[in-house]
Amino acid sequence: MDRRLTLPTLAAATTVVALAIAAPWLKFVFTVALAKGLAVLGILLLLRAGQVSFGHALYIAVGAYTVAFLRPAIGEVLLLLPLAATAGTIVGFAVGLFVARYRDIFFGMLNLAFSMVFYSLLEKLYAYTKGTDGIRVPRPTIGGVTLDPVAYEWAVLVGTLALALTLGWLVSRFLASPLGQALPAIKTRETRLEFAGISAKRVLLVAYVASAALAGLGGGIIACTTLHVTPLLSYWTHSGELVFIAILGGAGSVLGPFLGAAVYELVRVYAAAAFPDAWQMILGAVLLVIILFAARGLWGMYEDLVLRKDRRA
Amino acid sequence: MTLLLFLAILDGLAYAAQVFMVAVGLTLIFGVLRILNVAHGSFFAIGGYVAATLGTWAAATAAAPVLALPVLLLAAVMVGGVLGPAIERLVLARIYTKEHVLQLLVTFALFMILEDVQKLVWGVQPIFQDGPVRALGQVEVGDIIYTAYQLYLLPGVALATLFGLMWFLRRTLTGRVIVAVTEDREAATAMGIDANRVYLLTFTVGTVLAALGGALASPTTSLVPGVGVNMIVLSFAVVATAGLGQIEGAMLTALLIGLGRSVAVYFAPEFEVVIPYIIMVAVLLIRPHGLFGRPELRRV
Repeated sequence: MDRRLTLPTLAAATTVVALAIAAPWLKFVFTVALAKGLAVLGILLLLRAGQVSFGHALYIAVGAYTVAFLRPAIGEVLLLLPLAATAGTIVGFAVGLFVARYRDIFFGMLNLAFSMVFYSLLEKLYAYTKGTDGIRVPRPTIGGVTLDPVAYEWAVLVGTLALALTLGWLVSRFLASPLGQALPAIKTRETRLEFAGISAKRVLLVAYVASAALAGLGGGIIACTTLHVTPLLSYWTHSGELVFIAILGGAGSVLGPFLGAAVYELVRVYAAAAFPDAWQMILGAVLLVIILFAARGLWGMYEDLVLRKDRRA
Repeated sequence: MTLLLFLAILDGLAYAAQVFMVAVGLTLIFGVLRILNVAHGSFFAIGGYVAATLGTWAAATAAAPVLALPVLLLAAVMVGGVLGPAIERLVLARIYTKEHVLQLLVTFALFMILEDVQKLVWGVQPIFQDGPVRALGQVEVGDIIYTAYQLYLLPGVALATLFGLMWFLRRTLTGRVIVAVTEDREAATAMGIDANRVYLLTFTVGTVLAALGGALASPTTSLVPGVGVNMIVLSFAVVATAGLGQIEGAMLTALLIGLGRSVAVYFAPEFEVVIPYIIMVAVLLIRPHGLFGRPELRRV
């Protein structure tokens, strides 16, 4: 792993824990932010290949509803979360077989179509999903221990932080691997990649399934944190949010998604309450400004400010 | 059974006409600008809202029945005439040379902004007007009493748009200039064509068409937040099934998807929302570039 990332990573992890001790309500905000960060990590994989999905909330919803559906039978976080990630992987593979054949516009819009269909199904199949009312998830045990609310929140936060660190490191290793290096090649000149004997479709499918698994896991964590799931998890605004965080954080580093998600969730706590009907508008406007004037996001700004001196030529 | 099927077909035709109005603008803009405008669904929604507002105002005046229909066109021209050039000049013109991903994201950002503009201006309660439907009255088709608005006006406007566009693009100088830019922008520019003006014109025409689609839909559907996103996803399904940039094909697939959806409404309502995508996915599995689309040349 890039040596220069070690210090900021440790600093960020310490800050999260310190702030959560100082202000207990931040535990919830940070857990959700880290869970979304995991999903955005998947978006980042796709962005590296020059593809953007307007439908990844689908996998968050798949993960969250997996937890909600299985909760009556299984009451253990350590089982529910792997199952959520597995459900994301399976659905991601099925959808991925289809969408990995497409690029750019088709890729983005087909994902949007799949997520909106899933949203409608969650809303309409009332007998199973309770429609827009959603499903309540009773607090599960962790490692067989029933924890009181505060201890549970701490356990989920620390667990999510550990997952974020591990998976962030894994994704950065993946991006440095030959397979990961093939992703930017899809963006620049796909035909040359295929001349080199590498199937672009298969490379994209691997990245897509990985992104779906990450989003499924993120969705599972969200269900275990909010303890309530609704079809809104799969709505397009939610997918837009993921893409927004990816661009806000910057696609240049695996820390970008988590930085973006933390800033996003903190601002949202205040702004969405103050301007409930103008929230998407603010997001859209910020997105425009970033794309037009600071395409590398927050991480890019950090690099320019702090790492400029030792950046490789 | 036959009566229901007949009713489903009438509904399907009217619905296909509405979807076509939005899809044709989307495909036209893509054909020329090579940008898929995600905000296109918002133009539909805003067109509908403005038409409903103007319509409610017109219904209070003395000349209500006479004004009901012109007001729809007026709303479309107002919305398209203001939003189209403003967005093309201020935002899109900056990103023609950027990556595809960024272009998609920019129109998505516009979409997010415009969705909230609707909420701020018109609130979240359903808005509805019925002036235009009442102005035209009802007709009997066999045993069914149906509104003349849905039976004649909607399909009529859609057909007029289709043939009007075909005539415009093939027979007029401006239309041929647009086609020339679509085929080869560099060569067209070398001939002295101002490509920027062509982009501006095309985008505005597309916007007016989407807003007209919304205005025409305002008497038959109630406007709520979310109509924009449903319409962009649906019209994308139509455009993708036809092949991006195919105008005549968009009419055919709009019919296919409109009829499929309305048959589902009557016979299997749970599948109503899924039908368009099943049709799209089935077509794309067999023909990845759509029914009428041509594969793009791959650059090495």
